[in-house]
Amino acid sequence: MTEPASPTSTDVRDLVVVGSGPAGYTAAIYAARAGLSPVVVAGSVTAGGALMNTTEVENFPGFPDGIQGPELMDSMRKQAEKFGALVLWDDATSLDLTGEIKTVTTGNGDVFRARAVILATGSAYRELGLPDEKRLSGRGVSWCATCDGFFFRDQDILVVGGGDSAVEEATFLSRFGRTVTMVHRRDELRASKIMADRAAADPKISFAWNSQVVAIHGEDKVTGVTLQDTVTGETREVAAGGIFVAIGHVPRTELLIGQVDLDENGYVQVEGRSTRTNLEGVFACGDVVDHTYRQAITAAGSGCSAALDAQHYLASLTDVADVIDPVSPGAALVVTDEATADEEMAR
Amino acid sequence: MSTVDVTDLTFEHEVLRSDLPVVVDFWAEWCGPCRLVSPVIEELSEEYAGRVKFVKVDTEENPGLREDMRVQSIPYLAFFTGGELENGLIGARPKAVIKEAVEELLAARETQSGS
Repeated sequence: MTEPASPTSTDVRDLVVVGSGPAGYTAAIYAARAGLSPVVVAGSVTAGGALMNTTEVENFPGFPDGIQGPELMDSMRKQAEKFGALVLWDDATSLDLTGEIKTVTTGNGDVFRARAVILATGSAYRELGLPDEKRLSGRGVSWCATCDGFFFRDQDILVVGGGDSAVEEATFLSRFGRTVTMVHRRDELRASKIMADRAAADPKISFAWNSQVVAIHGEDKVTGVTLQDTVTGETREVAAGGIFVAIGHVPRTELLIGQVDLDENGYVQVEGRSTRTNLEGVFACGDVVDHTYRQAITAAGSGCSAALDAQHYLASLTDVADVIDPVSPGAALVVTDEATADEEMAR
Repeated sequence: MSTVDVTDLTFEHEVLRSDLPVVVDFWAEWCGPCRLVSPVIEELSEEYAGRVKFVKVDTEENPGLREDMRVQSIPYLAFFTGGELENGLIGARPKAVIKEAVEELLAARETQSGS
């Protein structure tokens, strides 16, 4: 079960939070204020979640002039730490959630034991699922315009997707590219009106409607794609040096499989409007649960719910424990969302 | 020992002719995930002090290396030994993944010096 060598292995805490996006950090703030001294396994490089890869967040309430995603997440972390959360830059590598005492093992080999766990592992970029996508990743196929746009100066760029994050990428890339073409399966964008208007008004951005990428071409560097018309089925070749993929996200649940009930799309299933999973003492919030809203603010809200649900659960344990074992201190383990809240929201 | 900045001018000396295996962190000021990888690289440079050298290249300031290495996505970690590129990692990867690649680099180094 636990490693005797680890100094933390013998303590049973109240709460571990796995993940550190808006959901995980908000859960940690609430749990810390409730005196649960949560440990937050924030991720060795994913700490802060998806917002760490965004620039200006314009729609998080309370910031009329916008705020940089990384700055917002840094503030949330500090707020959690101020109330006693222990935030670790480490990855959860395995979880045992089925028993009364749950264990969270990290990349550094720490083993945390807790009565409650909050899962806030967020989501990862969805891939196109094409054979050459992996091979050409970093060779013209990218998921991060703010990171890689600079390398595509004066080139023809494609952005695949029609949501807010696709528009955000396209408008950002229009600073660099010779042309930017948004490739979308439908005949209008799914993005919010303000974002869609922004794309339409940008002289460098054009649209390939009713189109999907069916092949990516290039030997050691992307040279173009094959697009298929979603209505007629006809295909055509389009030259491009860069392809930015912004077709949404998939929940990060690889550590949960076989323990926590997932829905048919891989999201963690929770009971009604609560954050309770099928396992006692295991709660889930943020993008790993939400296939509908996926905003920083909704992730934060569900993180709050998860902390309150966990607090309630732990209190019910203590009521019983007082009778059976009055010595037992309650400790909660909170696991936050590593992956975070979608960037879609952020823009 | 912490990471050293390497440029178009110093790359050959610091990386290709290094006696130690070298991990090169290609980054840029504007790149959010790069800022997440850098502290991990600093940590690893402590852990592997004297065995592996860790250096950084600002991709914005060094167009020569950007071209030569065909960098199109950052963060990008390039793993060199004996002047040869052994491996590359793109994106902000967990510390354990980076560490595994460093171990593989050390193993490649053994093979190289044994042959």
